[in-house]
Amino acid sequence: MIIGLDVGGTHTDVVLLDDNGLEKEIKVLTDPSNLFNSVLTGLNEITSGIDPKNISRIVLSTTLSTNAIVQKKIPAVGMIVSSGPGIDPDFYRTNAYYFPVSGSIDHRGREIEPIDHDEINHIAEHLQKEGIRYVGVVGKFSIRNPAHELQIQAILNGSFEKIFMGHRISGSLNFSRRIATTFLNAAVYPIHKEFYEAVQRSLEAKGLVLPIRLLKADGGNMRFESSIEFPAQTILSGPSASVMGAVAFGTEDEDTLVMDIGGTTTDMALLINRAPVLNPLGIGLGGYKTLIRSLETLSIGLGGDSAVKLIEGKLEVGPERLGPAMAYGGQVPTPTDALFITGDIKDGDKDKSKNGLKPLAKIHGISVEALAHQIIDITCQNILTAAQNLIDRINSKPVYTVHELQEGYLVRPKNILVLGGPAPYFARHLEKLCAYSIRVVPNWQVANAIGAALARTTCEVIFFADTERRVAEAPEENFSQQIDSNYDRTGAQQHAFELLRDKAIQRGANPDFLEMEVVEALQFNMVRGFNTTGKNIRVKVQVKPGLIHEYDHVIAKLSQ
Amino acid sequence: MLKAKHQTGLVFFPAFDWAISPTHPEREERLLYTQDQVFEEGLFDIEGISEFKPDPVTLKDIQRVHFCVPDVWHVTTESHFISAGGAKTIGMAVLDRQIKRGFALVRPPGHHAMRVVHGARGFCNINIEAIMIEYLREAYGIEKVAIVDTDCHHGDGTQDIYWHDPETLFISIHQDGRTLYPGSGFPNELGGPNAVGKTLNIPLPPNTSEEGFLYTAEHVIMPILEDFKPDIIINSAGQDNHYTDPITNMNFSAQGYANLTSILNPDIAVLEGGYSIEGALPYVNLGIVLALAGIDYTNVKEPNYDPDRIRQAPAVTDMIEKIGETVLTIWQQKEYIRNQIMEKADPGNRNRNIFYDTDGIQESQHEQIQICSDCAGALRIDSTSSRGVHILAVHIPRKACDACKQTGYTWYESADPDDFDIIFIQDRTEDHYLERKGK
Repeated sequence: MIIGLDVGGTHTDVVLLDDNGLEKEIKVLTDPSNLFNSVLTGLNEITSGIDPKNISRIVLSTTLSTNAIVQKKIPAVGMIVSSGPGIDPDFYRTNAYYFPVSGSIDHRGREIEPIDHDEINHIAEHLQKEGIRYVGVVGKFSIRNPAHELQIQAILNGSFEKIFMGHRISGSLNFSRRIATTFLNAAVYPIHKEFYEAVQRSLEAKGLVLPIRLLKADGGNMRFESSIEFPAQTILSGPSASVMGAVAFGTEDEDTLVMDIGGTTTDMALLINRAPVLNPLGIGLGGYKTLIRSLETLSIGLGGDSAVKLIEGKLEVGPERLGPAMAYGGQVPTPTDALFITGDIKDGDKDKSKNGLKPLAKIHGISVEALAHQIIDITCQNILTAAQNLIDRINSKPVYTVHELQEGYLVRPKNILVLGGPAPYFARHLEKLCAYSIRVVPNWQVANAIGAALARTTCEVIFFADTERRVAEAPEENFSQQIDSNYDRTGAQQHAFELLRDKAIQRGANPDFLEMEVVEALQFNMVRGFNTTGKNIRVKVQVKPGLIHEYDHVIAKLSQ
Repeated sequence: MLKAKHQTGLVFFPAFDWAISPTHPEREERLLYTQDQVFEEGLFDIEGISEFKPDPVTLKDIQRVHFCVPDVWHVTTESHFISAGGAKTIGMAVLDRQIKRGFALVRPPGHHAMRVVHGARGFCNINIEAIMIEYLREAYGIEKVAIVDTDCHHGDGTQDIYWHDPETLFISIHQDGRTLYPGSGFPNELGGPNAVGKTLNIPLPPNTSEEGFLYTAEHVIMPILEDFKPDIIINSAGQDNHYTDPITNMNFSAQGYANLTSILNPDIAVLEGGYSIEGALPYVNLGIVLALAGIDYTNVKEPNYDPDRIRQAPAVTDMIEKIGETVLTIWQQKEYIRNQIMEKADPGNRNRNIFYDTDGIQESQHEQIQICSDCAGALRIDSTSSRGVHILAVHIPRKACDACKQTGYTWYESADPDDFDIIFIQDRTEDHYLERKGK
């Protein structure tokens, strides 16, 4: 049996899946001031009457680290940043204790200027005096040569509770994002560790002794033990839970749009042949641009509870939510009220909706029914426009080879999968306004929790070889090896796959069903003067995001 | 938070799968380290800097500028369509006011490609700036254009295309042609009889450094640009004046290039040459982008940058000041010079031999321009290549007067198909391109 739990803004959804499919589903109200309680309540309710021995897997998607960052409830962190020439690193300042220091590495990983040990010692003393326990160390081009980050870490070691190094956080180029990402990891580390250790203890007390798994923004999970080194990867896992909940119902060999229509927002993503499209760089949160792998999603402030207003004679829906629909006792008319009037929703007080819309209809000079249709049309139209923006964004992603530009795959979805609270009521109206065929995800109200439960363990490896310098490296994996001049792309790919396999298994993947793929494999002849002096090889491999294979039969049951 | 003062757009197209040949300077690796630097610095994350995906140009875009022999397909690859398309994409974004300034960081380059194309010269097949400019003129109705070519090599292709156009000011600043390919670009090359002074060449002595380039930009180029008042300024931004460039002899730097960009303040920059792919391009490109965007670039430096080591000798400074004076005088006295030229016998005809070093082709040209005070004049080019192809190419300029247009069509129609393999006409008044096969 598998448990999936997804903490949302309003509800925490929990499901229990077994060989028969969806065995049990519950919703508990989320208490933002006490997430631990919400998670525990959810887990207690779903496991009541279940023998703990039968539970083989628990996956959690929470808003813990997201909230901590957005609400700035994070401890003071020290950042030591070694830049060298280029854009002034002060522009990338993340926090108060942020220290640009000397030292420089170039794009090939060659040392241009050493670090200054005295300078680091001095900063370390200062940070200790200030009572700082968590430190981030980031160097420009550290993913080409982590020597400086390692030297700084060696100096700091023993004086702080936890030190995060940029080159272990991501293998991608982007200094400012490496700084921001390292900072966020250091900042959420103590909260993350304390929270999930507490969850684990509570589960153990109930006899549930198994590694808990956490959902990430890229639609995959990792074991809690692994997450200690990368806690920020758990931010914004909510939208990915929904997308993973829809994955199984995407159309094979086609592109499918996924829309999670909620009360306040609608989140969208895209599936290509049932695999979600990833963001090429990383997710943004609270003003920080990061290297945290994530799905390519687009979120708009429009949902069933969005406030409907008349502004200068023009009907507007959203982006703010001013409470529930009037049919449920709210103060402001919403698209949900419109759906009551059209008869799509029936389980509330239709008269309250009608009365709520009356004043607006009067000003507008139309009937309440006509107004309701207009509200629904505007809502659907805005959702569809946003969907087109997402498609355009994916298709306008720059490419750097003639081949990709000519053969580049352009996404052209014909289907939309909708899920979330009001999803089925909107489906009929959306379909009238567009050429897409619209389907509602089975178990649409808890599909997000199902997605969390069934998501695979994902990770990537970025691998780099330079036969002139005779090195093959994947600093993120703490891998460095001497190579000879015959080393080539095929060898690099093989090496990268080996590293990926180990990493995935260590993070919780099932070795029997590991779906690995090459994302990028480039090899350049390096020519100096008129001689070829070596090969510059760049390889990126990943575990393809998707659902765990061992539960194919469960997934099949869900669609019935 | 880092923010661009001017909305700046970039097309970055390094063509990682295209090379002239595996060890050629124009190879896959050329922009690899530039990409590393641009990505690591997070340029595309800066607020106000955006990246555009290039749309390849169309056949028509190329035929608006060139006569390709025997046809476009024989002298181009897909990469050329994309590279020119990168420039066009940026040009459109500027004129659509999506961005204030733009930089097409693309390859292969184009400034050695002339109006008639039998093959590749100086690593160039089609002129990516000219294709962009003529498209922008057609689509957006811009008229006066200034091109400042700061590549170390004389921009002889762009010079050839705009030789007769009084509405395009072409200024090339480059290493003296007596010491470098293509061996042209002297001050006495100053445009055809209908456009005297609209081509200006500023050859600089070897070992010119920051001081000399910036002096020339401030004291020669800028006053001329202010006088000409172009609708748009294009910078053919070659980066081979760098002190580490393997095929040239200049002493320019990343700081220098960034300062030069700030002074020229171009609407659009287009990458041309530059073959110090590790020591120069990553830093020069970063400097240029920051300068365009109006972001502080004072900390952009090559690892081995030492301004004292590359400072220019006083003799070099003297030569630069002298050449600057010469060029300013030409600009001021262009009417007088035109009159002198008109007194020569046969000012409308010229014979030339053009060498295509990249493809090893020799071309022999006879060119005839209709001398006209109302328009740029109809142009007739009789060209034979060492590959044995003989063509006639007739160009009717954008704002041709009726008489010149008539002359152009007469040339085209009366040409004897027995004499030529192909007879072309490029009628820019109608945006038409026609050809007849010979016998």
